[in-house]
Amino acid sequence: MANFTLQVNGEQHQVTVSADTPLLWVLRDTIGLVGTKYGCGIAQCGACTVHIDGNPVRSCSMPVSSLKGKTITTIEGLSNNGDHPLQLAWQEADVPQCGYCQAGQIMSAAALLKENPNPSDEDIDIAMRGNICRCGTYNRIRKAIHLAVKG
Amino acid sequence: MTPTYNRRSFLKTSSLAGGGLLLGFNLFNACTSPTNPNAVTTIPKKELFPEDWSDINAFVKIATDGSVTIMSPNPEIGQGVKTSMPMIVAEELDVDWVNVRVEQAALNTDWYERQVAGGSQSIRQGWESLRKAGATARQMLIETAAKQWEVTASECTTENGTVYHKASNKSIGYGELAAIASTMEAPTEVVLKDPKDFKIIGHSHPNIDNPAIVTGKPLFGIDIQREGMLYAMAVRPPFGKKLKSVDDMAAKAIEGVKEVITFGDKVAVVGNSTWNVKKGRDALVIEWEIAEALESSESQDAAMLELLKKPTKEPKRKDGNPDKAFKEAAQVVEAIYECPFLPHNTLEPMNYFAHVREDGVELLGPNQVPNWARGDVAKMLEIEESKITVQMTRMGGGFGRRLYPDFVKEAAEISKLAKAPIKLQWTREDDMQGGMYRPACKYLFRAALDENGNMIGYHIRGAGINMDNTVRENNFPAASVPHYLAETHNLKSNVTTAAWRAPVANFLASAEQSFIDEVALAAKKDPVAFRLELFDNALNTPVGEVGYDVARFKKTVELAAEKSNWNNKAENVYLGMSAYYSHNSYVAEVAEVVMIDGSPKLQKVYCATDCGIVVNPTGAENQVEGGIIDGIGHAMYGKLTIKDGEAQQNNFHNYRLIRMGEAPKVEMFFVDNGESPTGLGEPTLPPAAGALANAVFQATGKRMTKQPFSDFKVLG
Repeated sequence: MANFTLQVNGEQHQVTVSADTPLLWVLRDTIGLVGTKYGCGIAQCGACTVHIDGNPVRSCSMPVSSLKGKTITTIEGLSNNGDHPLQLAWQEADVPQCGYCQAGQIMSAAALLKENPNPSDEDIDIAMRGNICRCGTYNRIRKAIHLAVKG
Repeated sequence: MTPTYNRRSFLKTSSLAGGGLLLGFNLFNACTSPTNPNAVTTIPKKELFPEDWSDINAFVKIATDGSVTIMSPNPEIGQGVKTSMPMIVAEELDVDWVNVRVEQAALNTDWYERQVAGGSQSIRQGWESLRKAGATARQMLIETAAKQWEVTASECTTENGTVYHKASNKSIGYGELAAIASTMEAPTEVVLKDPKDFKIIGHSHPNIDNPAIVTGKPLFGIDIQREGMLYAMAVRPPFGKKLKSVDDMAAKAIEGVKEVITFGDKVAVVGNSTWNVKKGRDALVIEWEIAEALESSESQDAAMLELLKKPTKEPKRKDGNPDKAFKEAAQVVEAIYECPFLPHNTLEPMNYFAHVREDGVELLGPNQVPNWARGDVAKMLEIEESKITVQMTRMGGGFGRRLYPDFVKEAAEISKLAKAPIKLQWTREDDMQGGMYRPACKYLFRAALDENGNMIGYHIRGAGINMDNTVRENNFPAASVPHYLAETHNLKSNVTTAAWRAPVANFLASAEQSFIDEVALAAKKDPVAFRLELFDNALNTPVGEVGYDVARFKKTVELAAEKSNWNNKAENVYLGMSAYYSHNSYVAEVAEVVMIDGSPKLQKVYCATDCGIVVNPTGAENQVEGGIIDGIGHAMYGKLTIKDGEAQQNNFHNYRLIRMGEAPKVEMFFVDNGESPTGLGEPTLPPAAGALANAVFQATGKRMTKQPFSDFKVLG
């Protein structure tokens, strides 16, 4: 076990965990931010997507020891009041079925919109390819991203 | 069939009085376990004190300020019942949906009927009792107001949570009546609304948990954290093997690992975090020994093909004289269709929280049949069911996997042995390799045509792994053909199999509807016209039992054909029809394929559904679209194989699920016929793959008879 300082959603967290612990499990088990989900553990499903220094990253494959000085944003910190345009658009398009993958989907989409504020369908399909929705809400996800752009 | 009406649900029950008290209780991080939890609140709209609430009956609580809480009885797996079932209660209660909050009810077999997520039956079987629950509560509020005003109840009306007596110009909100109403005897007879007066049913209301989902609030079983809770993972034997020895030295040396527990042929590692117990589990040195035959997909496939050559002693159904019909036929069409095992792959892997104490047991987590889980745990621990409380979290998918309580029992057993509250977590690898698969199965189809291209004989023979019945013998095309034979073989295996979204139908429909197209083409008939001809046979000259409503079924085929421009399709567009009746709903789908750079691409699926009254259109449309994409995705890519008792695929790098760019657009239509509602969680999945296969055949002349279709390397 070792001590690490993490900057998550604008707050400093001191954690004592083994150095190889993936960020995912530090967020969930140690800090108690459970919005970031476990789906595969090998960066294939996107359920654990967070932002590290603004870039979308699969937190299941990011050891805590590699995060010194980095800024981490999770779904809980994407907006102050749950009012990020994507969070509102997701509700307007009534995207979720089971809802489990959606935090990861929103984090991937938020990173896309930062890079490309008005993506085409094809841009969306490429950017969202790393996120699996087992319920098949893909068309509504695409619709919600377009809605968020329109504002 | 009319569901039984459990009148107790609508009575004021003294033991229910604690309902309001539990509002402050959060199931995800409570410090102590409650002794009698019967409700959990996931998204409180605002703070109300327990004394503000009155329980009108098992479904309805009303606060002094007029806020309404409706209990959602059934487990939520993404099918939308946590929104749609309370909508039905709210409709008859006559309240404004914006004032309604929803709580997931705990398991309570005295108060609720069939707390199950399975068979697409929640709405169909709950329809009448949910309406009565709302109407009963409304009547009690009316009678309370009438008594206060000294008028007759029949002169009073309600609207949006207020009782009116128009003659005396009086009105009073439900909130002011609730305390007294809750002490009343429930009426036995209530009048239900005329469906034309529905204000909530038939209007779209978004998923009630959306605000919590999009902000990452704890909702799922995997999110449970309790003070003193330990984490657990387990190793399970491959199929056909048992535990020989465990060396846990290295595992116990991992920091954070508290205990290694052997139970049966499984070994659990218990510790202080998910990651540490995973490391501990990976460090176990386990030797298995062979207990039974080690099976492989290859030999199972060969065995099933052998079975398809053999008649069965007792057919599931036989009409006319099939032998004679096939002998005398002008033309016989024959084909074999095959599918592999599929894991469910709920995106939230199996997990469960259990706390086995001296005085009772708390079970909490994602499970589709909580009553079954409670019974099995009671039996295993040799305690009374009344000592066990069961609560359901929202589930990150079910698809049938969470019908089974195996992981609930594991959690309870580990908790008992560890003498601690534990959360058991399966990894994706555990989940994909741990069994409970959609069974692999194969079908032989034969059709006999006369010289005019009329289907005079139809023969289906199925062989499936651990499948008591691979056929749906009374479903279409039975009754439409004079000589009919349905047979089924079961190949027993120690590879565990299970219900998987739309059991049996999930492949049978695809195979049958693809074969029907083969027959139509052999008869030189248009595939839609051929199906309509068969429906007309079943309507006008039905043979034997008719297991489906022919007119409703036919209507969906006509509607899907019309909407897809079947008879007037554009250039470079290839259409495939597929229709199936399952889970009491009728669905017809047309896949639209276009050729791009010489290879076919699926761009759209048209879907016509008859599920009676659509309770929540936005939710229904989501289910229709999801079912189709699920059906297409698994037909395209899903394949799990077994070798020497072990699954050969274990995670998403070697097991492919459909992704965004591969999902077709879906255009959907609902038949508006005012019939009582039926389920939608499953019925749109079965026809999807057949529609795709039929359209691809039109485009390329290649018939994809074996799933996954990606093995054919036809589609671009």
